Amino acid sequence: MEIMELTALELGREIKKKEVSVREAAQAFLTRIAQTDKVLNSFVTVEEEQVLQRADEVQSALDGGASLGPLAGVPAAVKDNICTEGIKTTCSSRILYNFIPPYSAQAVLQMQKQGAVILGKTNMDEFAMGSTTETSAFGPTKNPWNTEHVPGGSSGGSCVAVAACEAPYALGSDTGGSIRQPSSFCGVTGLKPTYGTVSRYGLIAYGSSLDQIGPIAKDISDCAAILEMIASYDPKDSTSVKRADCDFTAALTDDVKGMRIGIPTDYFGEGLEEEVKQAVLQVAEVLRQKGAVVEEFPLSLVDYAIPAYYVIASAEASSNLARFDGVKYGYRASAYDGLHGMYKKSRSEGFGEEVKRRIMLGSFVLSSGYYDAYYLKALRTKALIRRAFDAAFEKYDVILAPASPGTAPKLGQSLGDPLKMYLGDIYTISANLAGLPGVSVPCRVDQNGLPIGVQMLGNCFMEKKIIRAAYAFEQARGRWQAPPQAQRKFEKETVSASADDMQRKEKEMRSASAKDVWKTEVKTVSASAGKAVD
Amino acid sequence: MHRQYETVIGLEVHVELATKTKIFCGCSTEFGGAPNTHTCPVCMGMPGALPVLNRQVVEYAMAVGLATNCAINQYCRFDRKNYFYPDNPQNYQISQLYLPICHDGGIEIETASGKKMIGIHEIHMEEDAGKLVHDEWEDCSLVDYNRSGVPLIEIVSEPDMRDASEVLAYLDKLRLIIRYLGASDCKLQEGSMRADVNLSVREVGAQKFGTRTEMKNLNSFKAIARAIEGERARQIELLEEGKEVIQETRRWDDNKEYSYPMRSKEDAHDYRYFPDPDLVPVVISDEWLQAVKERQPELRAQKLERYQKEFDIPDYDAQILTESKRMADIFEQTSALCKKPKKVSNWLMGEALRLLKEENREADTLTIVPAHLAKLIELTENGTINQTAAKEVFAEIFHHNTDPELYVKEHELTAISDEGALCEAVQGVLEANPQSVADYRGGKEKALGYLVGQTMKQMKGKADPGTVNRLLRELL
Repeated sequence: MEIMELTALELGREIKKKEVSVREAAQAFLTRIAQTDKVLNSFVTVEEEQVLQRADEVQSALDGGASLGPLAGVPAAVKDNICTEGIKTTCSSRILYNFIPPYSAQAVLQMQKQGAVILGKTNMDEFAMGSTTETSAFGPTKNPWNTEHVPGGSSGGSCVAVAACEAPYALGSDTGGSIRQPSSFCGVTGLKPTYGTVSRYGLIAYGSSLDQIGPIAKDISDCAAILEMIASYDPKDSTSVKRADCDFTAALTDDVKGMRIGIPTDYFGEGLEEEVKQAVLQVAEVLRQKGAVVEEFPLSLVDYAIPAYYVIASAEASSNLARFDGVKYGYRASAYDGLHGMYKKSRSEGFGEEVKRRIMLGSFVLSSGYYDAYYLKALRTKALIRRAFDAAFEKYDVILAPASPGTAPKLGQSLGDPLKMYLGDIYTISANLAGLPGVSVPCRVDQNGLPIGVQMLGNCFMEKKIIRAAYAFEQARGRWQAPPQAQRKFEKETVSASADDMQRKEKEMRSASAKDVWKTEVKTVSASAGKAVD
Repeated sequence: MHRQYETVIGLEVHVELATKTKIFCGCSTEFGGAPNTHTCPVCMGMPGALPVLNRQVVEYAMAVGLATNCAINQYCRFDRKNYFYPDNPQNYQISQLYLPICHDGGIEIETASGKKMIGIHEIHMEEDAGKLVHDEWEDCSLVDYNRSGVPLIEIVSEPDMRDASEVLAYLDKLRLIIRYLGASDCKLQEGSMRADVNLSVREVGAQKFGTRTEMKNLNSFKAIARAIEGERARQIELLEEGKEVIQETRRWDDNKEYSYPMRSKEDAHDYRYFPDPDLVPVVISDEWLQAVKERQPELRAQKLERYQKEFDIPDYDAQILTESKRMADIFEQTSALCKKPKKVSNWLMGEALRLLKEENREADTLTIVPAHLAKLIELTENGTINQTAAKEVFAEIFHHNTDPELYVKEHELTAISDEGALCEAVQGVLEANPQSVADYRGGKEKALGYLVGQTMKQMKGKADPGTVNRLLRELL
């Protein structure tokens, strides 16, 4: 198997056994990025020299017998809203086009402590605002399953990097589904931990009370290992939580006997694509056959989640993004009149449409006279949603849900109608409002060859339960598979770097083999999956 | 002017807390470093940096609240106050609006017509901003973030004051309390205490308050008094002319003794306050509150009461000694050692205050070691040294913490009490100065002074002037 096809843990083992050197591993992915990224545009910054230098450092540490983690020497991609010392961190925004942080995010430090090699920074929706990675100032990222489609967002670059085997794993951030939704669209596994599990220090804030960094990888085992590495109590983050149960890999057991799984009926109403619905029910059936108890239940307040989320996230964003003013760092307009002229021009030119829309929305809901009607009401709604989940988790260990109403839309389809785009977050945002952990696991592809992910939500601090459920499902589903177009690339000795070639190949592949991926893998699923739910 | 007006004044007092580090990061709060040297990503508002609350700030705020009879909110929160200005790196200030740490207190002041209670509406914690430096030469503005994130408390009074003397009495009392607590040095000139004056006037007997203005940039007690007089006159003049007072913020120019409008209500900011999601609510447990209560030092009023019972010193002395906790502490500790409170008081109120004044220092900066002062008093009381030598020794204690016994020994200041030796010296002086002797005998009292001086000189100042005087008279 080629280096690129290995999971992060597998590559880590190869490196430990000295079957693969750290430099070889880094070089393989750098080459891969050079070949594919012209089309996919998943990376914003790749500093080759720094990567190889770091690879050699980690190699000599390993050779010197340093006790690093299971992912030592394994390259990784980092979303561009997570600060990396000495490496440009832009949030895919013009306003931070030249910002080089003098510090690294705590999550990055945790990774580096265990010997991670950071390949580069990945593209995203500007300041994580968006669900398609199209609001990036650096242009959209393309979905490797079909480059006419978006990868989802906002962690689109990170998810594509993993899906297209440009990186064994990546860090993303999730404020309203920004890890889980693109993971679903790209056919990779993405986990949003419980709020407070991974330090937010160095994560450039969008909605501070909702933001959480999490892993994106080929499978749940990698995600568990990565989370184990980045989870930490951090005194620099007041919202960080001291946890004694961060041995997430201990939950990687194929055992869901007696596990209580709830499926919210409210999630299966209007707007949900039939194929996605069937996929979720299919996963439920797999788990049921493995001994889990599956039940449908009504989860209230679902309709209130989106308005509450957009009020809270925008309010926090309007204040969080105030610091980008052209005074201290980042973009400053070249000609302006006076201080306020500088503020206005720098911000007007530096921020994109979607960011401006949310800053205005947030400023509005916080303004005097509207605060009680919007912001305070949204906070109360948030508390009620939390209570609804508390009640649900008294009965269930895991809630099973779609990650998104459909599969990846085509490029250019979403931004014209932002309200419709916001509605697409319906299944993911509640977890952020309630602080819950959630994971999106690829389960099959739809008739167009686009991946569908299923979402598993757990109660706060119950990552292990969703990891166990995901792992059990994976055992039935079979090994992760790269998009067909990427698979074809592995077969060739030398890979052409031509973008045209990529696109041509990809078109060939799409109709031919994509539909087969995973479809036959889930052998245990009965034909009438709908009936399986009690 | 045929109508009678009453002035209504409320104060917003900002006090810089004496913590070693800033409110939300580990940077030093020290005053006067090179620009942007006491800074880090947090207090510079860098992307991704997060605030973490300094526990000591909460303790100081609680201590001030308790000392001013406030109720403590055991569950309080920080809010963001959003506004754009370059001295504010995040473009929001972390402050408290919805749930301030202290509320509904008050302190008693002395006025011409007796005691009066001035209410305190609330005390809240917040961060200070950086400083803008305008470079006229280069035509640009520079920002120094050293002060950004220095902890402040804002003490908001009720509109209970009626004239400048009440305002000054309130400020004086507040300053004394805060200094006693060690929570701040409260220096108006250096900006560690800043007072904004909210003032309105109304006709005597009116129920409703008039429209108020807020006065900023008041850097001394005198400036505050002048600003109050100036603003009162300005508002009354407007009303007398049939005009209206506009609700606005004004900046006092103490040189011109006039204020200028800064911004009016129309262009007032909408600060869009909301709870800061980066900080968790501050929960003050009963135990914590109790611990802070137990650590509260004895405040001045209690001290005065105790001094009356414990020490045999005049009221006047007690008043002066307790104006500084440092001085009061030295007084108490020294008195405990030497059991002569009046002597201790004399040294502190005399020489200590004189030297402080000479050096333009405050009593809070005294470094006298009580054991040294007690020893000095013992040395003078038992006649080991005379008064002149004692002053010299005191200056040493005052400046260099010198052990008085050692100093006396090293500089051979011991008074010569051996009368034989003294007699010899006096004889010598008389013989050497026949003219003065003749003058004295001729009735010129002054001549005696000269002879005493000569004798002291001979004895290198170590004789007791009283004894010398007596011996001279005897021999003459």
